[in-house]
Amino acid sequence: MAKNFNEMTWKEYSLAFMVTRPGCSAEYRTGDWRSQKPVVDKSKCIKCGICYLSCPDGAINLAADGTYDFDYDHCKGCGICATECWTGCISMVEEDK
Amino acid sequence: MAKKTGIEVSLGISEAVKLADVDAIAAYPITPQTHIVEHLSELVADGELNAEFIPVESEHSAMSVCAGTAAAGARTYTATSSQGLALMNEILFIIPALRLPIVMTLANRALSGPISIWNDHSDLMSVRDTGWIAIFAENGQEAFDLTLQSFKIAEDHRVLLPISVNIDGFTLSHVIEPHEFLSQEEVNEFLPPYQPLVQLNPDKPVSMGMVGIPEIFFEAKKAQDVALIESKAVIKEVFKDFGDRFGRYYNVIESYRTEDAETLLLTMGSISETAMEAIDVMRDEQGRRVGLLRLRLWRPFPVDELREMVKGVKTLAVIDRAVSFGGTGGPVAGEIRSALYSTADRPYVASFIAGLGGRDVTVKDFMDMAALAEKMEAEGEIHEYKMIGVRE
Repeated sequence: MAKNFNEMTWKEYSLAFMVTRPGCSAEYRTGDWRSQKPVVDKSKCIKCGICYLSCPDGAINLAADGTYDFDYDHCKGCGICATECWTGCISMVEEDK
Repeated sequence: MAKKTGIEVSLGISEAVKLADVDAIAAYPITPQTHIVEHLSELVADGELNAEFIPVESEHSAMSVCAGTAAAGARTYTATSSQGLALMNEILFIIPALRLPIVMTLANRALSGPISIWNDHSDLMSVRDTGWIAIFAENGQEAFDLTLQSFKIAEDHRVLLPISVNIDGFTLSHVIEPHEFLSQEEVNEFLPPYQPLVQLNPDKPVSMGMVGIPEIFFEAKKAQDVALIESKAVIKEVFKDFGDRFGRYYNVIESYRTEDAETLLLTMGSISETAMEAIDVMRDEQGRRVGLLRLRLWRPFPVDELREMVKGVKTLAVIDRAVSFGGTGGPVAGEIRSALYSTADRPYVASFIAGLGGRDVTVKDFMDMAALAEKMEAEGEIHEYKMIGVRE
């Protein structure tokens, strides 16, 4: 298992700290930046997809039944989805300390 | 003896860039650098040089384009002066951080104000800490030779850093001097085509210039610093290779008549030629034990070589061509004092600032500075710096 990027010494990085594997930023979990997390009441969801469209981080995924799930590894808790949701089925809940 | 051609130094540099067969040039005209890129644009337009010449609307754009072409794997060249360099400033820091081997001629010119198009080293000193290799030529032949060598140094996979080749504006850029040019075959053998280690290529995508969060930024800067320091070994290697092939040897610090010297002058750039004349007069007519050090490599600073070369010297007079306003010495003198402070048997370092904004520095000025430095040493004068040649 390779070292975490924040444990490597200065000698172990690629030239000029280039990223040589496309898309690897997904491995960096931004979910722990969050102070509040979105929680959905799927009984009120009308499957309109406005939350999916308005998420700036691509952290909302289409579920098999046409509703939407949150990717808590990357959701930063900005709350835009909760503000935009037409039926108010998304609420922002304080993260447990 | 090889054939010598009399040609303007700027055009000699263009010739070197053409022989280096560069792939991309992006530049904006600014006095006194203009002749270099103007001539290169003619060479491209006339089909003598197969390169992209990209005219831009500013130096900020010029250096940004150079970043792009170098990242794409192109051998890249540009040139600027003074205010142009200042306008590039933001991008100058990014080039070495991205490890892009751009070669830039810097025709040294005073920074405004007052507005000046004439020579001093304030432009280079303003970008001291950008992380570029900085090298000085004293005459046309050196400018030609060092331009060619700079591509080889910059593109070496152990280096991959940008280089500024400094030539004094007007006093060097606009004079006609004899040059021994190299043939295309000789250059091709010395300088093979650039082989990038990593490049922007859709078949093998990479991301350059990513954000450096606090967990990695410090490591990035450490790696960059080590790369610059370690480039010195490659610079010396290329100097030797060039000398072995063509008979003209270069050193990171050049010395002139330093044997048994008690007093050394230290200069950078074309005033060194005048200083050598002054040394001849002082040695041959006055029997004084004086010599000259000419600092060729400004970054990475050749600390070890300097310490070695001033051993046994009583007085070292450093002549700066820029002011560090309100500081403790001229930029070069400050560097040298710092390099020598921890050595046991260090010379007295006198810091002189001369020749700002095109003011001539004459043979007599150098003789006066040598005498003044010796007097200051004898009296143990405590000083920061003295301006020489200013009307009081």
